[in-house]
Amino acid sequence: MTTVVSTLSPGPARPLGYWLAGAFLGLVVAAALLAPVVAPYEPDAVDFAATLAPMSPGHPLGADQSGRDLLSRVMYGARTSLIGPLLLLAIASVLGVALGTLAAWHRGWVDTVVARLTDVMYAFPGLLFVVLIVAVFGNGMTTAVIALGLAYTPTIARYTRSVALGECAKPYIDAYRVQGMGGFTICVRHLVPNMARSIVGYLVVLFGEGLMSLATLSFLGFGAQPPSSDWGLMVKEGQPAIVQGAFLPVLVPGAAIALVVVSFNVIGVRLADRMGVRGA
Amino acid sequence: MVLSVEGLTIEAGGRRPILGDVSLTVGRGEIVGLVGESGSGKSTLARSVLRLLPRHSTVSGRVLVAGDDVLTMEPGALRDLRATQVSMIYQDPRSSLNPVRRIGDFLTERMVFTLGRPKAEARARALELLAAVGLREPERHMRQYPHELSGGMLQRVVIAAALAADPALLLADEATSALDVTTQAETLALLRRVQAERELGMLFITHDLHLAAAFCDRVHVLYAGTLVESRPAKELFEDPRHPYTAGLLACTPELDDPRPIRPIPGRPPSLDDAFTGCPFAPRCPHATGACEEWRPRPVTVPGGSAACRLVEV
Repeated sequence: MTTVVSTLSPGPARPLGYWLAGAFLGLVVAAALLAPVVAPYEPDAVDFAATLAPMSPGHPLGADQSGRDLLSRVMYGARTSLIGPLLLLAIASVLGVALGTLAAWHRGWVDTVVARLTDVMYAFPGLLFVVLIVAVFGNGMTTAVIALGLAYTPTIARYTRSVALGECAKPYIDAYRVQGMGGFTICVRHLVPNMARSIVGYLVVLFGEGLMSLATLSFLGFGAQPPSSDWGLMVKEGQPAIVQGAFLPVLVPGAAIALVVVSFNVIGVRLADRMGVRGA
Repeated sequence: MVLSVEGLTIEAGGRRPILGDVSLTVGRGEIVGLVGESGSGKSTLARSVLRLLPRHSTVSGRVLVAGDDVLTMEPGALRDLRATQVSMIYQDPRSSLNPVRRIGDFLTERMVFTLGRPKAEARARALELLAAVGLREPERHMRQYPHELSGGMLQRVVIAAALAADPALLLADEATSALDVTTQAETLALLRRVQAERELGMLFITHDLHLAAAFCDRVHVLYAGTLVESRPAKELFEDPRHPYTAGLLACTPELDDPRPIRPIPGRPPSLDDAFTGCPFAPRCPHATGACEEWRPRPVTVPGGSAACRLVEV
């Protein structure tokens, strides 16, 4: 008598999507880094002979209205499009982690103030807030990045607070307090490093979101300014070409944005799963 | 006196205080036991010595460590007290260590950051302490992470950390309860040794009355936040005067005793059980109607006191 025991198939350790996303992001980062070496043309080299050229060996992804090579522009554009969200998250995570940790550590009125502050920020549409700041301080990538960094702070502050509350309840934090260690020392040396895993997982998901928001701002004309080849700006500048029947000037940067955002989400969600926390 | 608690009352919501008018003292080189069921307030008492009070609690009374009131001192002085004068050993050594830091860092960090010793000196001292608590390969343990050591070894590490600042008072909160019996015996022997060597005052908290009676010089029995009996360990064990203490001793099974176990009837009181008279009256086999009105107060008995109306008459 034999018994058949069915087991759940363990599933591939790294699903295909995760591989693809990782490989694609690697490619994009490499393109951004090596753009001056690899790109066939200068990003702003105008060539009216090639206006709205279709895909061809000379212009692998075609050219826009001014005859600028789209492949070269997308490669150079990857630089601003990737560094923007990176700086934005750097601002948002420094402020957000500090506020969230402060709230969780002190509780009481500090917690209430931080909670109300984030509530107010939540109630205000993020994009509107950024447009307001840009309206006051003027257009430009720097303003847009700082404004979005502020807009993302409450999200990270909330997330950090909830992680920190759980971590503070663990006895080892108490043990450090009992040793007479100051609150600041405990937070910086123990609490924040031990939360880093889950916060980083969350930041990866937020990176895609940040890239999209920055592209939106550039598209609306608040972010990167011409002649930059920021992807959002490229979509905006390519728009009129659709009327003339050429889709490439919009499609190429649009696809780049979409693929990078999806890739970051795939990786971020997987990281969050592996760390036992479900990303937003 | 190293520690002197005077009329400590802690209320934090609930219908009765967590601790009601508790007074006890710990002298230099003395081991004082604090025994009670879970929820009796024994951990709250230990934590109040370091001013780790429950949230939103109102406190009255005094907790004096070496003559200074812990409950009213400045934050700087409090940190100093925690760093140098009082050390605490927890029930679960595994969760009281940062899981991602090496043992060596745990030991030296404290000395560098709270005591301001140079790094090299702190390291030498940490090695010395690990050897003193009976770990055979201190060099190797310094490089290890908490998950690489057994519970007994970790408790030794925690004891080493507690001794790092040469404190005058050691609070052992169920320090051996999470360990298996052989490790427990070793840890107790170690605690006793370091306590005697350094003439430490120790407040030894446990739920095990037999253990307390064997290990401590004096024992306080805590029930529902009030001290019901405070006497030298030997006398308490041989001749318990409070019915609760007697009940605790009687409900321990013994190997050559064929009689069935006699547990104390009823359940331990929660914070929502308010009492007008003696809190133990509902479970007490000797209680009479008058016990329901008699507010417990310490009654002098040979060697100490017991808070029972029946002892008084």
